[in-house]
Amino acid sequence: MKCQDLLKQLNEYVDGTLDPSVCEEFEKHMAGCNPCQVVVDNIRKTIMLYKAGEPYELPAAFREKLHAALRQKWKETHTPE
Amino acid sequence: MSDDRAALTDDGVLVRQARAGDMAAFEELVRRHERAVFSLARRMLQNEQDAEDVTQQTFLSALEHLRNFREEASFYTWLRRIATHAALKIIRKRRGLDTISLDAATAPDENDHIPHPEYIADWRATPESLARRNETRRLIEEALGELDDKHRVVFVLRDVEGLSVRETADVLGLSEANVKVRLLRARLQLRERLTRLFGDPDRRVAREEHAH
Ligand SMILES: [Zn+2]
Repeated sequence: MKCQDLLKQLNEYVDGTLDPSVCEEFEKHMAGCNPCQVVVDNIRKTIMLYKAGEPYELPAAFREKLHAALRQKWKETHTPE
Repeated sequence: MSDDRAALTDDGVLVRQARAGDMAAFEELVRRHERAVFSLARRMLQNEQDAEDVTQQTFLSALEHLRNFREEASFYTWLRRIATHAALKIIRKRRGLDTISLDAATAPDENDHIPHPEYIADWRATPESLARRNETRRLIEEALGELDDKHRVVFVLRDVEGLSVRETADVLGLSEANVKVRLLRARLQLRERLTRLFGDPDRRVAREEHAH
């Protein structure tokens, strides 16, 4: 396996869905190739950082507007008999 | 609605109550999911105003089509699908105005060369400690904003929202192979960007070492 072949399998490797025989080759390459090791580690950290991202708060003015629009729509669609 | 009821009732029950005409139940559903919907839209669109539009459209549409919601999926899964489609519509509209880039942006990218990593270095800090800094949030959002729309949308669904490749393909109407290629490009581009920001220059690996 060459560095370029390793790149192609990167998704499957970090997601843990790589075929075991390919995984073995992948790890054999990494053991002898520091740059690939670091790239894989960088990718894992990149994903972790985005996964750890907190949700955004709604701007207060927008939140009010949203809830008012929903109440309005509710009234329109739920008119009493 | 009392806080007790809010905390204890699951989404499925609230949906049934809302269908039966209970507005408070619907409002509780909105309160639970409005931040997630807004964040998804904001990350996909990189624009606060557009994210607000998508959020409002999503909940208005949910209100109108509540009876179409099938309970085998979670309520948020349903909202996410509505929000994603609304966001894609905005992306397409933007591209429509920018006709020159349209073809370039949708040209097949499945078989071309995968960009080789350029800046390779161990990071100076762990993701956990980086994640605690406010500065990091701004930097990673900026990096996300530099991706092509088609790569960013896939990355947000797969790696931020945590959908599987198959679910991502399903929501976007793409093949799994297509999702995988776009995801790889997104991940490599973000790695490149973030490693330039967070990598330790003293531990940079020279590119020549990485040519075999
Ligand atoms: Zn290598």
